[in-house]
Parts: sequence; C-alpha cells; structure tokens
Amino acid sequence: MAVILTAKKVVKRFGGLVAVNSVDFDIPEKSIVSIIGPNGAGKTTFFNCITGFGKINEGEISFEGTPIHRLRPDQITHLGISRTYQNIRLFPDMTALENILVGQHLFLHSSWISAVLGTPRVHAEEKMALVEAQRLLNYVDLKGKGDMLARNLPYGAQRRLEIARALATKPKLLLLDEPSAGMNPRETEDLTAFIHRIRDELGISILLIEHHMRVVMGISERITVLDYGEKIAEGTPAEIQSNPHVIEAYLGRGASTAGMANAHERFSDSKTKSKSR
Amino acid sequence: MMKKDNLTWIAIKTGLLSGVIAIFLCLIGMVEVFSKRDVVEKIITLGDFILLATAVSAGVIAARAASQTDQQRQPLKSLFAGALAGITTGVLIAAFIGLSQQINLRSVFLSASPSLFNLLTFKGGTSWIWMYPAIGIAAGLLGTTLFLLPEKFRQPITRAIFITFLMALFSGLFRVVMINQSSGIAKLAKYLFGQTGLTLSGAIIFFVAVVAISMFWSARSKNLQEGFARIPKRGQTSIRVVVFALLAYVVLMLPQVSGPFIAQVIVIVSLYALMGLGLNITLGFAGLLDLGFVAFFAVGAYTVGLLTSYGIFGLQHIPFWVAAPIAVLVSMMFGAFLGLPVLGIRGDYLAIATLGFGEIVRLLAGSDFLAPFFGGPQGIIGIQKPCLGTLGEFIRVDVPRVCNGLEFAGPKEIYYLAVASAILVAFIALRLQRSRLGRAWMAIREDEDVAEALGINLIQTKLLAYMLGAAFAGLGGAIFTVLVGSIFATSMQLIVSINVVALIIVGGMGSIPGVIVGAIALIGMPELLREVSEYRFLFYGAALIMMMLAKPEGLWPSQATLRELHHEDAGEDSEIAPAKSSQAKA
Repeated sequence: MAVILTAKKVVKRFGGLVAVNSVDFDIPEKSIVSIIGPNGAGKTTFFNCITGFGKINEGEISFEGTPIHRLRPDQITHLGISRTYQNIRLFPDMTALENILVGQHLFLHSSWISAVLGTPRVHAEEKMALVEAQRLLNYVDLKGKGDMLARNLPYGAQRRLEIARALATKPKLLLLDEPSAGMNPRETEDLTAFIHRIRDELGISILLIEHHMRVVMGISERITVLDYGEKIAEGTPAEIQSNPHVIEAYLGRGASTAGMANAHERFSDSKTKSKSR
Repeated sequence: MMKKDNLTWIAIKTGLLSGVIAIFLCLIGMVEVFSKRDVVEKIITLGDFILLATAVSAGVIAARAASQTDQQRQPLKSLFAGALAGITTGVLIAAFIGLSQQINLRSVFLSASPSLFNLLTFKGGTSWIWMYPAIGIAAGLLGTTLFLLPEKFRQPITRAIFITFLMALFSGLFRVVMINQSSGIAKLAKYLFGQTGLTLSGAIIFFVAVVAISMFWSARSKNLQEGFARIPKRGQTSIRVVVFALLAYVVLMLPQVSGPFIAQVIVIVSLYALMGLGLNITLGFAGLLDLGFVAFFAVGAYTVGLLTSYGIFGLQHIPFWVAAPIAVLVSMMFGAFLGLPVLGIRGDYLAIATLGFGEIVRLLAGSDFLAPFFGGPQGIIGIQKPCLGTLGEFIRVDVPRVCNGLEFAGPKEIYYLAVASAILVAFIALRLQRSRLGRAWMAIREDEDVAEALGINLIQTKLLAYMLGAAFAGLGGAIFTVLVGSIFATSMQLIVSINVVALIIVGGMGSIPGVIVGAIALIGMPELLREVSEYRFLFYGAALIMMMLAKPEGLWPSQATLRELHHEDAGEDSEIAPAKSSQAKA
C-alpha cells in the first residue's frame, strides 16, 4: 500500500527534555492509524511536529514525498494535512458557518481589492463558498445551526464543527486529537461511525490520538504506542493488546508477568478510569 | 428586622456615595462652570441639574436595591429607601457648605471659591442650607417614582428627560442655525430656545412631544413595521430612495445652513472617524492593539505637506488630488514598515512596541536633526488648499498658487471632502469585513495558531491589516493638513492615539457604525459643548468605566456581538436540539 506520510528518526526537544525521541512512523494511504500512550508520552507533541507548530530538532517528515518539516503551518495545510485539537479550539465569537468559511480560506482567491470593488467573480466565489460550507454543516449533522456562535453550541456539536472546519481545507490526511474526549458512550459510538464514514466516503487518511480504548481498538487498522517519547510498539490492535511492553507502560512492571489472560480487561478498565479521573 | 436594617444601610450608603460625587463635582469647579448654562431658562441651570441628577440617581439605585431584597414589589419600602438616599445626599451637601463657611477650603481646592458658595446657598448665606435635605428627599422620591412606574410610562419619560436635556445642551447651536432662516423659523427658534438654554415653553413642548411620540411608537411600531412589509417591493425601494435622498440633501446642505463652526466640528469628527475606521481594522478586526496609531496620521499629513506646500519646505507643488493618494500609499508603506518588526509580538508587548513607534515618529518629525526636511518645531506652513479647477503656476516661496475654480479654503468646503472620505472608507471597511480577508482577520483575532493551521498566511494577513489601517489614518492626516494649512509635530501627540482607541471601545469594538457613533460621542460632543471640553478627560474616563460596566459591547455593537446576546436568550433551546439530532442519527 502506498504511504502518505513518513516520519524518520524524528527528535523534538524542549530544553533538556526529549519529548519525541527518534520516532519512525508511517501512515498508509486511506487508512486509520492511532497513536496511544500514557499521559505525557509525547503524542500531541508529535502531532504538532507534523502540522508545523513546533519545528523538529532532528530527522525528517515527508508528506507524499515532499519534506514538510521546514514549512510553516499554513503551507503544510495547503499540502493537505488538517487537524483538530485536544481542547476544542473553534473561533468562539464567530458563527458556525463563519468557522467553516475560514477553513475554506485556501480555496478562495479573490484579492482584497476585488472584494472592495465587489466584482461578479467575488460574488460567485462567496456564493459557492457558502454552499460548500452549508454542505459541510449538513455533513456533520449541524444543519440549521450555521448562524449560531461557535461558543454557544453544545459540546458534541463543537467537536463535530471542528471536524467540519478541518474538512473544509480539503485534507488528504486528517489528524484528530482525542476526538472522543468528554463524550458519552452513545456519542462515542456515533463518532466511531463518523470517522469510518470520513475515510470511506472522502478517501481521507486519518491519524488519531485517543485514550478511549474501545474507540482505538474498534477503529484502528494500525496502532503505534509511544512512551516517554519513544515508540515502544507498533501493530494491529490484536498485536498491541498482547504486547508485554505496552502493558508494562500502562500498568507498570509486574503487570506483564502477572498473567496475560486477564490483562486485556484490566488494560481497558484502567484506561477508562484514568480518563474519568 | 435584619433585612430592614440592611436596606437602611444600603440606602444610606448610596446617598453618601452620591453626596460625595456631588461634592467632588463642586470642588473641581464643574458645578460653577455649568451654572453659566441653563437647562431651562431662569428655572434650572446645568449646574443645578447635575447636582439634582446625583440625588435622583441615588433614589433610583436605592429603590432598585429595595425591590431586590424582596420577591414582591413593595412601593412603600422603595419610597422609604429612595427618600433616605436623597436626604443623605442633601445632608452631605449641606454639611459641605456649612464646613466651607468655617474653613477656607480654597487653599487646597482652587475651585471652592466664594462664587461657588454664593451659587450653592442661593446668595442667601447659610440660612438656606436646610433646603438641601428637603430637595434631597424630593429628588430621591422622584427617582423612586421613576423606578416604580410601569415600563410603559417609565421608558417614554426617561427618554423625554434625556432628549429635552440634549436639546437644552445644544440649544445655542439650534438657535444660531435657525435664527438665520426665514422669519417664521426664527420666531419658532426664539420661542423654543433662549440665549442660554431652553425656554420654559420649549422644554415643555419637547418633553410632551417625546413622551407622546415614544408612547405612540411603542404601541404602534409593530403595526408600522408590518405595514411597511406589506407594501410591495417596488414601493419599499422607492420609500428607501426617498429617505436616502432626504438624508443626502441634509448632509449636502448642512454646512451652508450651520455656518463654519459646526462644519469644522463635523470635519474633526470625520477625521477621527477615518482614524477610528483604520484602527478598527487592526484592532477591531485583526485584534492587533496599536497605541501609536497617530504615526500614520502624521505620515499622511507630512506627505501632503511636503508635496503641496508653497512654503520653504515644499518639495513639490502638486495639487492635493495627486498628493492625497500618494500620502495614502506612503502611509501604507509605513504600515508595513511598522508591521514587519512586530509580526511575532502579541498582546501587551505589541501595545508597548507600537506606542514606542508612535512616539519615535513624533519626536523625529519635530527634531532639530531632521529640521532641514520637516521644519522641526516650526513645522511646515503654507499648505496649498485643494482646488477643484485649474491651479495657477507656482511663482515663488510663500506665494500661494491661484485657484481658478472652487477652492476648498475653509471648513465649510473641506466638510465635503472629509465627509465623503469617511463615507467611502466606511464602505471599503464594510466590504473588507465581509470578505475572505475580513474572516481571516477575525480568525487571527480569535486564535492565531488555529488560523495559521487552517492555511491562513499570518505574515501576509497581519501586514495587510497594518497597511490598510495605516492607509485610512493617512487619508485622515492628509485632510487634516489642508484643513489647518500647516503641520506641527506637536499636534501628533499620544493623546490622539488614545482618543482613537477610546472611541472604538465606546462605539463597539469591530463595529463600523460603532466607530462613527463613538467619534460623535467622544469627539463631537466635547467640541460642541465648550463647557464639557474643559472636563473632557473626566468625561472620557467616566464614559469608559460606565461602558465597561454597563455596556461592554459598545454603543453600537457589531453583528456578531448582537447575535451572541440573541442566542444567549435562546440558550436552553440549543441544549435540547443536539440531543434530538443525535437520536435522529442513531
């Protein structure tokens, strides 16, 4: 299978702290891949490295063969990578529709001068943008909420709006940072189905950071485990669940020798607990 | 019992506070200065009015506090609280007068002059002091009554008081304007407006008229709006056209009717509106606080000065119509020049950096070092007025070129230039706000990192905000130069930048009509009311604090803010709706 994103020996340091240590990582095209790991394992830092928020210290990241680790965030977005945030970061004082319109920024080309003059091309372009924004709103099940300020939307709707805004940049790779955080089981189920839909209908590769083990195990084709900035395991959900290194990272030394039979259960239990804490 | 004590204490506290405010207004000389103006001739002066207003508002506040202590409305309790607050105010003022008879306050407070006390004691000595508690009770009760009135009557009455008061403040202006008209209008003017304030009959007429109109409007406005909606589309458009034509006619004729003083005030308001619209782009839209905004005004002014002056510093002698666009372009370049080094700076640091930039421009322009180019402290004089027609040849220094045609010599002509520019720039700003660029600015204001992650080029977008903001301010500077006919570095003070920031905040951040309302309120009013202009900064400070407390969104908030308020009312619906939709999905 063709690979859409490759990271080679990526190192990111904050002063003396090595947040990401020599990580190799691939995302196959049109796949759903997850990164998991305990708190502080460097997952979000790794996301930031891909999207250009933090410049990496060593190694290289390339997207469809183009090196991107020296580009600005907006240039990376232009190439086709978009993301959502762990703590929702919508534009709170803009409407839902405006949030999506901002996401379409890259595909609108009218200059400010033609906007001031109000040329027919600008009108046509704005009209098309509105239609597209409305379509995206419907796609994430927010029909009729376009005129509401983002801050006044309920939590689940904000999550979905953030995904719609990310989709507005027409990405080939979508990075979702803990999309199910704070959701109830029913919403989580909906979300899982929705992520599948995005991949299947739009052909977008998806990289997830997720703590919710049911989501991760149910949705991912491949999983990468980070601990203290290092990759400790990689494989299919089944392989990861039985990997002693992973269980050790999550539950501590001893757990891996304490009988593999019920490790599964304890593993997912402990995660739900740590989440609710 | 406890509750009642509590209420008594609140009422006394309110009264003490308003009494202290009243004494403060006396001691800074405001009451004395304002006493020279009447609200209603021979009945109540402006000075009396503000003293009375403190007691009345004490009554309103105390009454409100009384109504909040209980679920039910108890008019007697409110009246008691209002009267108590009023009497406390009165007693405090009386005590102040009594004290001032014993001690010479003048050694500390310059304004505590004998004439002030003559005013306060109605020229009757201390024997009249007992009046104050009595007036205080009356005023407190008046405030309480106002508060207790049902909404239907309260709103028209408060509106009527406010508008009659405004009419009284501007009565001199109305009188001057109307007296120059036909004899009928002149007679009407003399009937309504006296020399120093409204006549009694004028005050009654305005009060009754506003109450009547306001009550009629609140009863019928829905019908009228529906009636308007029922008119066919074509009819609606023609009504709009007629209204617009009427407005345009008023704008065109105003300086001819009102004379140069009002024209000049409107020019200054327009210039501040131009700067406000510029800063509204950088601060209101893109969220980049610029405290050195006057720098761009200076750049625009000096560019036009150097390019058109017939004095010794004139480099070129081109017409204003060519120089103004050049000034706008040069200001834009300066905008980029300022923007580049501060691109990565955010928030407070940006404010300080731009503050420095503004001061640097002013100091450089006025420095001896650059005096050979910019005239230093002597400034640039002899700036050619704009001329609609052919301009005569430049002969020699200090001789203005002859204008064959319409010369924009004074405020009455420059009025058209300034107002037209302000309208044009407001239109441009409106178009920008609704464009892709406007959305990008707002995204940067809300969250810079996320905006960048959505593909917005921060460097380009921020620079455009600085450049376009600077361009508008530069145009303002260009017009200011030809209005005054000279430029001095001393007119580019920091206070100008602060005024512009203040008018944006008062008007409503990010709102284009708000900028214009803010410019009228903060610049136009003090210019028109000479008495107020002495206390301009007191007025500013009070206005800003009151805005932040009572109406943080500004006088004319932007659409987004309005929508926000609207949706907070409907907040409960929005909580329910998504549950439905997720069920529908499942």
